[in-house]
Amino acid sequence: MSTVASRSRATTPTEPPNQGRAGRSWGRRRRSGAGVHIWDATALTRIALGATLILSFFPLYWMIVVASRDASAATTFPPPITPGSNLADNVSTALNDDASNLVKGLVNSFIVSGAVAFSVVVISTLAGFAFAKLRFRGSTALLAVILLTMAVPLQQIGIVPLYIMMVELDWVNTLQAVILPFLVNGFGIFLMRQYTIQAVPDELVEAARIDGASTLRIYWNIVLPAVRPGIAVLGLLTFMQNWNEFLWPLIALSPDNPTVQVAIQQLTTGNYSADYSMIFTGTLLSIVPLTVIFIAFGKQIVGGIMEGGVKA
Amino acid sequence: MDLKASPYLLVSPYFILFAIFGAFPLGFTLWVSLHDWQLAGDKEYVGLENYQFLLTNDRFLTTVVNTLGMFVLATVPQLLLALLIANALNKRLRGRLLFRLGVLIPMVTSVVAVAIVFSQIYGTEYGMINWLLGQVGVDPIDWRKTSLASWFAISTMVDWRWTGYNAIIYLAAMQAIPRVLYEAATVDGASSRRQFWHITVPQLKPVIIFTVFISTIGGLTLFAEPLMFGSGRFDGGTTGQYQTVAMYIVQAFRERNNYGLAAAAAWLLFAIIIVVALANYLVVNRIRESR
Repeated sequence: MSTVASRSRATTPTEPPNQGRAGRSWGRRRRSGAGVHIWDATALTRIALGATLILSFFPLYWMIVVASRDASAATTFPPPITPGSNLADNVSTALNDDASNLVKGLVNSFIVSGAVAFSVVVISTLAGFAFAKLRFRGSTALLAVILLTMAVPLQQIGIVPLYIMMVELDWVNTLQAVILPFLVNGFGIFLMRQYTIQAVPDELVEAARIDGASTLRIYWNIVLPAVRPGIAVLGLLTFMQNWNEFLWPLIALSPDNPTVQVAIQQLTTGNYSADYSMIFTGTLLSIVPLTVIFIAFGKQIVGGIMEGGVKA
Repeated sequence: MDLKASPYLLVSPYFILFAIFGAFPLGFTLWVSLHDWQLAGDKEYVGLENYQFLLTNDRFLTTVVNTLGMFVLATVPQLLLALLIANALNKRLRGRLLFRLGVLIPMVTSVVAVAIVFSQIYGTEYGMINWLLGQVGVDPIDWRKTSLASWFAISTMVDWRWTGYNAIIYLAAMQAIPRVLYEAATVDGASSRRQFWHITVPQLKPVIIFTVFISTIGGLTLFAEPLMFGSGRFDGGTTGQYQTVAMYIVQAFRERNNYGLAAAAAWLLFAIIIVVALANYLVVNRIRESR
């Protein structure tokens, strides 16, 4: 069974490691290759991808359908498949529902996600620079420790002491309670380390050293400008991740001062718990900011995930 | 001085934050778990009693089974599908970026939003799924009634949100596989299906390990989907048929104010995660040898 794979490996002992642009540039050579046809998308491939896209979009579409109708939309057979005309009304009702505090939730989530994204970028670019370009005792071990810490799901495991901590600090129901614990983000350090290795030439750092620049100056004047694309990706991914955090905000905040996720959860139990058009309207509003980000920066986000998954 | 000290200064913010919000809570959880610790009452050292209670408690063991069941039911098809989608995305194709963005679009929806929408779609009386089943003559299914039905419904929520994300990660790794491997195999007459299983998948092993690792942590701490599926209640159905360990922890903590029990359950969950992650690693690590 192993013949194909092992023989292929044996034929390429000098193949360089799978770095960088190899994947992107081979397209030009493809036409001359022996196995041209296996890289062409077959009809089956297209159909399968088409079906995947439909499945990906359908729940979002269904959200719009129900959100733009009245309460009966979700209790009609056969289910309606086209949007109605009630969207504007539903939006204004949902935004004005006192029980769910949706507007406050949206604002809070902007503050929390923005603060976390900004801080994670600062922490990660600093540490990423150190791990990528500075030599210091124990750096490999410290990097390994960060990798290990990424395996600890703090929200679930640490919930009791984190809550007790917030009670002692009198931070329950404050935004710092849901900002600070999320600053522990090892993924960002790995991503920025990778970007710094690629984007900042060693010679540039050395030349700056010879000119007498301090480490912080090198960070500010050389590293930061060079890793800007990486900063954008990390900032976006962190913002999206924190926009969607649920468990810890549910514990640490109360319904009068929610994040957006807690607010839409309140919609399902509050005044409109039986009205799916209202619940779906709230849900729809909660995904608008991320959808805008995704449409505007989709390409960078795809690139960031591809980079992070392979290299991290 | 600058050269010696500054690297440590630059990496210190992470470690300081981890010490406060990571290491300390972990240690403190262990300490709390050894006490009979109620919200308002006195705390009393009880040794391993909380653990003893949990490990012989049918309800807690049910939540462990539910969590593992949903983890397997969600993760195995998810990663296989992601591999196939990535393989399709790796073909020569018009509009590649659009397809990539398309499979990632579920990322914009939060778990809460996904869970709300899917919970409605899985409604017993007016849900879309039961309507579709009705069209082909299948009686309506009460998706919340049995373990298996509810696990299935919840697993589809997880898969909908994460399959595309994993596919994009696999795609990135696929593009880094040296083309020479495929050219040689093609010369040898290997079909593209054979090449997929014998070249692509083994070459992806490190990334598969990465995604399995991520899915293990995410899957075993499942919380929002089953919570919203059960209308926001922590008990996961009348007999806890879809209550996860994470829900049990929050229930013990929030509804029963039993901090000691919640902390012990949290440590057991941590132990389960480590064991399952190791087991998965051993399984995935065999990919190359077995082929």
